[in-house]
Amino acid sequence: MTACALELIGISKRFGLVKANQDISLCVPSGTIHGIIGENGAGKSTLMSIIYGFYQADSGEIRIQGQTVKIHDSKQAIALGIGMVHQHFMLVDEFTALENIMLGAEGGALLHEGEQRVRQRLAELSRLYGLEVPLDIPVNQLAVGVQQRIEILKTLYREARILILDEPTGVLTPQEADDLFKILRTLKADGVTILLITHKLREIMAITDQVSVMRQGQMVAHRETAATSMPELAELMVGRKIRQSVDRHEQTAGQVLLNVRDLTVRDKQGIPRVNQVSLQVAAGEIVGIAGVSGNGQSELLQALAGILPFNEGEINFAGQKLTPQQPVNAARMRELGLAHVPEDRHRMGLVLPFAAYQSSILGYQRVGKYNHGLTLNDPAIRTEYTDRAEQFDIRPRDPFLGSNNFSGGNQQKIVLAREIGADPQLLLVGQPTRGVDIGAIEFIHQHIMDMRNEGKGILLVSVELDEIMTLSDRILVMCGGVITGEVSREQANEQILGLLMANALDPNNQQGHSA
Amino acid sequence: MQDFWVSLILTLDATLRVSTPLLFAALAGLFSERSGIVDIGLEGKMLVGAFAAATVASVSGSVWLGLLMAIVASVCFALLHGFACITHRGNQVVSGVAINILASGLTVVLGLAWFHQGGSTPALTNDQRFTAITLPFAEQVADVPFIGLLYSELLSGHNILVYLAFALVPLSWWVLYRTRFGLRLRAVGENPKAVDTAGISVASLRYRAVIIAGVLCGFAGAYLATAQNAQFIRDMTAGQGFMALAALIFAKWRPWPILFACLLFGFLDAVAVRLQGVTLPGIGLVPVQLIEALPYLLTVILLAGFIGKANPPKAIGVPYVKER
Repeated sequence: MTACALELIGISKRFGLVKANQDISLCVPSGTIHGIIGENGAGKSTLMSIIYGFYQADSGEIRIQGQTVKIHDSKQAIALGIGMVHQHFMLVDEFTALENIMLGAEGGALLHEGEQRVRQRLAELSRLYGLEVPLDIPVNQLAVGVQQRIEILKTLYREARILILDEPTGVLTPQEADDLFKILRTLKADGVTILLITHKLREIMAITDQVSVMRQGQMVAHRETAATSMPELAELMVGRKIRQSVDRHEQTAGQVLLNVRDLTVRDKQGIPRVNQVSLQVAAGEIVGIAGVSGNGQSELLQALAGILPFNEGEINFAGQKLTPQQPVNAARMRELGLAHVPEDRHRMGLVLPFAAYQSSILGYQRVGKYNHGLTLNDPAIRTEYTDRAEQFDIRPRDPFLGSNNFSGGNQQKIVLAREIGADPQLLLVGQPTRGVDIGAIEFIHQHIMDMRNEGKGILLVSVELDEIMTLSDRILVMCGGVITGEVSREQANEQILGLLMANALDPNNQQGHSA
Repeated sequence: MQDFWVSLILTLDATLRVSTPLLFAALAGLFSERSGIVDIGLEGKMLVGAFAAATVASVSGSVWLGLLMAIVASVCFALLHGFACITHRGNQVVSGVAINILASGLTVVLGLAWFHQGGSTPALTNDQRFTAITLPFAEQVADVPFIGLLYSELLSGHNILVYLAFALVPLSWWVLYRTRFGLRLRAVGENPKAVDTAGISVASLRYRAVIIAGVLCGFAGAYLATAQNAQFIRDMTAGQGFMALAALIFAKWRPWPILFACLLFGFLDAVAVRLQGVTLPGIGLVPVQLIEALPYLLTVILLAGFIGKANPPKAIGVPYVKER
């Protein structure tokens, strides 16, 4: 049995009501790459912050090379040979790479005393590990991949023997990620112990020796990477078998709820973003709009929701005929029975500093049951939120927690619970699972499907083809503001949708617009 | 021609004297704000400095002891600001305003209680003040045309604090850009989290920065009460702390441009004084108020887009909290 470079014994940490880490034990053998995988909010980052001295554990023990240590701050962690590359880089943008690397390890009260030594050592390190970076350019002028290399150099310059990388590939292009992996393998060959925090299964399989899985603040499994598989890890992460499909009732679409004719939306320069789009959504069906991001889907969704004014065409909904001459706002659309889960939940779906229960009535704050005459009926709002949190499994349940303190998936559940809870006739959904972890994706999909099964109409905009194909009854494809084709659920496959998204195929030849 | 030269030299001479307190205060603000702590309280710290300097100098008879106490008093106020903003993460603007109000009130109350002169301190004699230093050969070369006047009037004949203020400009530059402390100070004003993860205490750095600001404001106050004037008068700073703040922003938080900004503001002030009561042909009596308002007008107009974007330190005004 190899010695542990880093050993954790029974680490626990809580923030208020939230148990971020519970009784976590872990042994990372020397000179290996160890993956830690888990959904967003599983407590991975908290655990790493404890190792790096950013937080103190409430209980438990940390051992470095067999020695029990107390890490009170980052300075101590650095002295113990721990280096960390944070998800959001800890670089001073205006400083050069050299200044950033020197910060905290200047080598003398005057900068010029240490500078020569730093340059020399960096040249050595660059040669050893293939970490070339320009030293004298402000880092905000450098690519993200280069900035990450500066972060790694920072830790190596401080003689780190245990390197923690928190979601290192989140911001990288695939090529940059491959380069990073090459560097990590070289470091491993040199005896550096590496902890890789990620939620991407592919990376774990590609580069790690062992992997530990975290779920809801607990360490649920340790595996040799060679002896496990992606499905097993995925299952461990979410804690149950992932169903590949959602529970869909066979039913035929009912009456048309939304009828859009020749809708055109122009931007400030007068360029049409949505160009002569016609579509219908009927009761009991999900209409998916596929397309590469930025091809007019966002504008279409916002125009239908009453947020963005449109220039031509008409929208027929709930017996109302809306034209550019008689525009309505989002509040009126809501009253007519239309709910909207916006694409950008941070900017449009939530008020981040608001408590969760306050965010849970945004857009419905005038509804009678939430009000006592002039004042809001807070107890009623909270009671309702508590019920919905239970129904939608919003974690943590605390209604007073700020909306920004929830993970992406739970924020989305707050928005979804609000919009579905209003019992609309028609639901517009944009990118429902963007930045949401696997467990929550399935959950959100099922809720959208349930609405359809109950006979409501749904217009789904997503750039994820899997999502579109899993949920939709009919699929419309947009490219350049135009609908380039319609495919039924049965016909749909990735190839045909891909061709339509590039506007390279026009099976119905109805629109006739060229690419 | 000779007349014009003489009056130009005299105006520039006055410029140096008026710029000195601005320079001290603006450099104080530079250190504080570069570390990420907004310093609206420059005015208040100058005021308590001036009061302490005049009081101690008049009671003890020692101008140097007065200077020391000015620094002590000003640093105490700086620490109060630090305690509110760094330790307790309070709002830095509110804390600064509170310090100004406290200083304005406290100096008058103590002045009335101790000296019974309407809030002023007793007038200081010349040996209780910083007096002019005559540089070597100033007398001898005074009669040489042009150059003589330049040396004997403009360069010679100021008190020690004036020379110190101007020497502090290159010194501040050197500290900020050539020392470990300066590197860390600039970093903590831009990205305190990066500093924290590098194993450096954000709070300790910021405390050191506000203490330096306190020391420099102490100099500024002592200059006002025991060099430029010969006593403390209530609210004698008269907005110079805010003027220094304007110079700091105008100079985009950099030492050398601060020198020029302070000289420009000082020059406008000196011109305003010289133009008092002067009637220009075709214009009539020069409205002094207009010239006195010029520095503020300039700052507002130029900041509105004529000198490009002011790039304040990114983390300025934001208390540092370790987030989850």
